Amino acid sequence: VIPAPFDYVAPETVEDALQALAEAGDDAKVLAGGQSLLPVLRMRLNAPALVIDLGRIDALRGIRDEGEEVAVGAMTTYQALLDDPTVREHLLLLAKATETVADPQIRHRGTLGGSLAHADPAGDLGAPALALGATFVVTGPSGQRRVAGEDFFTGLFETAVGEDELLTEIRFPKHTGWGAHYEKFVRVSHQWSIVAVAATVRAEGGTIAEARVGLTNMGDRPLRATAVEEALTGAPASEDAVREAVAAVAEGTHPPSDLNGDADYRRSILPVLTRRAVLAAAGS
Amino acid sequence: VTTTADGTGSRTEIGAARRRKEDQRLITGRTRWTDNIQLPGMLHLAMVRSPFAHARITGIDAAAARQAPNVVAVLTGAEVAGEQGTMITAWPITPEQKTPDHPPIAVDRVAFAGEVVAVVVARSAAEARDAAELVEVDYDELPAALDLKEAAEDTVLAHPDLGTNRSATWQLDSAAQGSGGSVDETIEKARSEGIVLEREYRQQRLIPAFMEPRSVVCDPTGEQITLWSSTQVPHIVRFALAATTGVPESKIRVVAPDVGGGFGGKLAIIPEEWIAFLAARRLGRPVKWTETRSESLMAGHHGRDQWQRLTLAATKEGRVTGLKVDLLTDLGAYAALVGGGVPVLGAWMFNAIYKFDAYQFNVTPVYTNKTWVDAYRGAGRPEATYAIERLMDELAHEVGADPLELRERNWIKHDEFPFTTVAGMTYDSGNYEAATARAKELFGYDELRAEQQRRRESKDPVQLGIGISTFTEMCGLAPSRILGQLNYAAGGWEHADIRMLATGKVEVITGTSPHGQGHETAWSQIVADRLGVPFEDVEVLHGDTQVSHRGMDTYGSRSLVVGAEAVVRAADQVIEKARTVAAHLLEAAEDDLEFSAGRFTVQGTDQGVGIQEVALAAFTGHNLPDGAEPSIDGSATFDPDNFSFPHGTHLCAMEIDTETGASRMRKYVAVDDVGTIINPLIVAGQVHGGLVQGIAQALWEEAVHDESGTLVTASFVDYTLPTAADTISFDIDHTTSPATYTSLGTKGVGEAGTIASTPAVVNAVVDALRPMGVHDVPMPCTPERVFKAIRTAQAPVDPNAEAQPHFGAGTPNADPGAGTDEGGAQ
Repeated sequence: VIPAPFDYVAPETVEDALQALAEAGDDAKVLAGGQSLLPVLRMRLNAPALVIDLGRIDALRGIRDEGEEVAVGAMTTYQALLDDPTVREHLLLLAKATETVADPQIRHRGTLGGSLAHADPAGDLGAPALALGATFVVTGPSGQRRVAGEDFFTGLFETAVGEDELLTEIRFPKHTGWGAHYEKFVRVSHQWSIVAVAATVRAEGGTIAEARVGLTNMGDRPLRATAVEEALTGAPASEDAVREAVAAVAEGTHPPSDLNGDADYRRSILPVLTRRAVLAAAGS
Repeated sequence: VTTTADGTGSRTEIGAARRRKEDQRLITGRTRWTDNIQLPGMLHLAMVRSPFAHARITGIDAAAARQAPNVVAVLTGAEVAGEQGTMITAWPITPEQKTPDHPPIAVDRVAFAGEVVAVVVARSAAEARDAAELVEVDYDELPAALDLKEAAEDTVLAHPDLGTNRSATWQLDSAAQGSGGSVDETIEKARSEGIVLEREYRQQRLIPAFMEPRSVVCDPTGEQITLWSSTQVPHIVRFALAATTGVPESKIRVVAPDVGGGFGGKLAIIPEEWIAFLAARRLGRPVKWTETRSESLMAGHHGRDQWQRLTLAATKEGRVTGLKVDLLTDLGAYAALVGGGVPVLGAWMFNAIYKFDAYQFNVTPVYTNKTWVDAYRGAGRPEATYAIERLMDELAHEVGADPLELRERNWIKHDEFPFTTVAGMTYDSGNYEAATARAKELFGYDELRAEQQRRRESKDPVQLGIGISTFTEMCGLAPSRILGQLNYAAGGWEHADIRMLATGKVEVITGTSPHGQGHETAWSQIVADRLGVPFEDVEVLHGDTQVSHRGMDTYGSRSLVVGAEAVVRAADQVIEKARTVAAHLLEAAEDDLEFSAGRFTVQGTDQGVGIQEVALAAFTGHNLPDGAEPSIDGSATFDPDNFSFPHGTHLCAMEIDTETGASRMRKYVAVDDVGTIINPLIVAGQVHGGLVQGIAQALWEEAVHDESGTLVTASFVDYTLPTAADTISFDIDHTTSPATYTSLGTKGVGEAGTIASTPAVVNAVVDALRPMGVHDVPMPCTPERVFKAIRTAQAPVDPNAEAQPHFGAGTPNADPGAGTDEGGAQ
């Protein structure tokens, strides 16, 4: 549990952080909440020359109501998301998924931006972010750019964030009044998701008017189940109708095989979990 | 205050639910873990470990490491081969057992991934770790023996020089030893006119995963070399160091300071202790080694790991007539301290609480190129209990009887004790009917059976299963005479001293070595009652061979049964010595004195003197009878005549989500008979912790190696230990049949929960799925395995099914599970 030696800087502005990143190139690792990076360093799975700690950049923390959207600073902790009434009112799915992350200690250290930039396919925030249609604000030497959700995750632990860039903000369109549920399947409570389904639903009477569905750990990156969303649109929020609408949700997915279950098993239980997530989100 | 049966004391403490006196210090961080020890000039060790399961070491280049900042030395096996000593086993199960040499630092060959090949000594732990990365080791990889069954066939040898992987074969046969009939004859008979069940069960490999990682500090600067170690067995470590390094026992002091859990995982002598001892002596400076969690999971010994082939013979009515057991057990790379003796401990337990006509137990421990295997909570007895309790459920299903009723047809009745079993063990006391009746009542057995039926009939996606385990175990290790017959290298006695201090305080020195159990509190309660002194006046000392000079340490639920009995006898000696002094002080005859509640009184008068005043009189020595020594200290060594036999009935209800295979515990009832209870709060803690560890084997834990022999479950990400969030509140209660071999009547409780709970949970999982045609789910019963068991059972495996279209799905004659197809719908 002793990392290899590394240099450490803790800049106070995004500009200084970008400067440090530019100078160090690919020898640097960016430290957000440290809940994934520190174990990696301590087990010597990675040995960067420099660690750039974003923890002192106040500008990267906070949740802002910007009318149509809610903007969340990348260094906002899970606990801050849970404590914020704006998130619960307009982004219930984000709150529901965040509740399931690890344990209170980790939720007080881990950050939304850190989790998304780490891009672990078993991480719990990627699928809700996709389902909610989040936009990712990436800042680099030449300024800011916005990346759509479907373009952000590019592979296993890979994102559209360049080597000289930082994920600085995540913007979520409001889903006010939408029901939500995060159906997380684990063997022990503190585990990463074996499979999880993020669903948020706008119900009208007994009908699903609109649905958004994201999948955790069903491939090398978080997925959005758009075909299922279409099939759910206009369907009655009943067990049988939802079962039918989500039946093909596993089609085209390439989940991992590991000690918790092989790919076939994950594909087998995905429709069940999706059905449960959608029905719970629809309030049925 | 009530007077005890023998009239020597009064009871207020025994049975009291006192909070543990050691806890305030421990939970507020005023602790002495080995890693907290800081000595002047202390150096730090980092181990270089083999990444290969089996390889020849062809060269080690440590030049770069030696030049790294603040590195003091790098030691390799070849350099220290003559002086490092050797790791020994205490239990070669037969005189012919094949046992490979086990040098602490591998010299020319490694036999498992994680074995130490070199050690770096530096001024800080970080510098040692950094330099360890610079040690270049050249390996020639060798084929590795990994799979237990394949290894037993000797296709690849774990140790080529041994010529075989099979270390020994050990048998207990009831006909041969005269404790029962011929098992083959009973099986033969059952084949023609009764029931024969043949099953194979897997006991997966587990990792003890104690809370405090192992740590060793060695200080060579005094007259005695002092070794602190996070161990359960300081006395054994001292003996083994002396026996293998040539250093006289009198020059070695071993201390187990605060030790944070062990569960058998620290019932060990470990290479790292020998390496620290060596490095400290070589360099003349104190050294420390503390493992990382990954090192602990990889290189600390593992537990269980058996294939069990079982043949059970019974009458058509379900009376068991015979049981034949064939075990292949994985030793890993080396014969550890108890080693092959662990499965042998199961030999007397497969017959459990039942009356069989004939019994045979065979075990072959096998070497593989994996981490060595030794004791883990229960050690041999959980494996046996699992097998027989699974079989009793299978038999009940075969006969069509309620599994509790089926057990009752076979178990020893309470009026039949003492009872000598078919394995030749004499159970002194017990009452299975009483424990079972209480468990049924607490559980609501009949109501849950009714709910189960409703769920089956409505094809509820969530099915309910009820699991039973009516277990016993043998505790109180162990009568020395029996250990001798079994070829074990030591005795099983225990020692205690009681020092009566001048101020009236009492020091109790125990040879047991607590590491979280609460001995300090329990021993204080026992002595407070026996001597009639306040609980607060009793101090319990342990774990330091210079203070506790004789001891056999703590494992096998032995401390209270054997160790506390020695304490009682030492206390009785104190009373007898004090009686002589008191009689003198009171100018009365010894025979006229009564001792009660800590006071000697002259019968028929109000004259008396307290034992603590007698202690002061003995200290001053001013006024003692002629010829009396100025001490009332007591000392006793106790060797038990028999084992103790706790038992209990555990009932478990599991809900199985048939759509995903996930399981959820609904209710768990444990009614244990552990004999007399000294402190019910401590007992509850032992039962709860034990249950969770046994449930974890059933549902969550498994050590997995990949095809090259690397441990995949090398962190808590993959080795899925449960937490409180994964368990439910257990309902526990007790019946009491005191042990008859000790004055306290205690039987031991450290392992009961672990032994009983594993089969209770798996029986519940299987019970839930039986209507779907499932008869077994291998452990751990992961959601994936449960799901696949359901699917496999539902798939038509009988080729004749095709020829019988009238038994198609959905028809009345079909498997009742066939209609519940939601899990497969997609």
